[in-house]
Amino acid sequence: MQEIGLNHFLILGAVLFVCGVVCMATKRNAIGVLMGVELVLNGANVNFVAFAAYSADSAFSIESKVFALFVIVLAAAEAAIALAIVLNFYNNHMTVDVDTAEELKG
Amino acid sequence: MTVFPFLFWVIALLTAGCAVAVVVSQNVVRMAAWLLFALGGAAGVFFLLGADFVGATQLLVYVGGTLVLVVFGVMLTAQGPFISMKTSAAEWGISAVVGLLLFGVLAASLITATWQSSDVTKRLRSDMAESRDTVNVGKGFAGLEVGPAHNATNDTTAGSQNRVHTSYLLPFEIISVHLLVVLVGAAYLARAKRRRRGTEPLAMRS
Repeated sequence: MQEIGLNHFLILGAVLFVCGVVCMATKRNAIGVLMGVELVLNGANVNFVAFAAYSADSAFSIESKVFALFVIVLAAAEAAIALAIVLNFYNNHMTVDVDTAEELKG
Repeated sequence: MTVFPFLFWVIALLTAGCAVAVVVSQNVVRMAAWLLFALGGAAGVFFLLGADFVGATQLLVYVGGTLVLVVFGVMLTAQGPFISMKTSAAEWGISAVVGLLLFGVLAASLITATWQSSDVTKRLRSDMAESRDTVNVGKGFAGLEVGPAHNATNDTTAGSQNRVHTSYLLPFEIISVHLLVVLVGAAYLARAKRRRRGTEPLAMRS
């Protein structure tokens, strides 16, 4: 078995990213779409931290972790706003199906 | 086999499997449970990579905060038919093909990429074992010690001028104000308001 390198972690991040994208594309539940966004952001975070750990001579070691922290906080903010929107939509339409959200359709 | 590859494969397979289960699962409550394990697995990856502070923040903010928020959203909206909304087989096929293609592109580009640093893919950084991650991140936020470009000049007195510009205090403040704005905005959007049928434009149209 070969040594665990940077590519292993990057491929794990790619798996999370692709799962998030497919989740966003296929789920009809608005909260399912939100979970896909969370997976995408986590894939990006795995990449950030992997580059932080594998970069030579401490390049980007702090920056990557700071960016990862910002991503976590921004994801929390995004989830709060998105859930508020979903709840508002549910109160107005009595459904969370994103296919029925077509008031803005031209 | 040393312990690092073993832990990597266990945590990576757990994380990836739970992420795939989030996609495959049709029940939104089960999706939330799988997402919990996927996010916890990502926190395990961060711990494995020596990013203790990021992993702890992931556990506290993501798993403890965001996911609880998502679960509350699920509980408030999961009624009857919305718990499991089926996706048609044609959509599954198309999205599976697109997802596999996207993953193929990403994996091929990752494997064939040549990184600037020569030994970047070879080994973990040697100072990772010191586990001073929290101290380093705190120094990064305070602007005391940051970045590769400034390590070279840290010994001289000229380096002290650069340190001020690269602190992450201003983004930290911006993100805290951003969180306050988000708090107010979320409370405004999700507030319980009386429904007036005749005056709402959405209700008039439908």
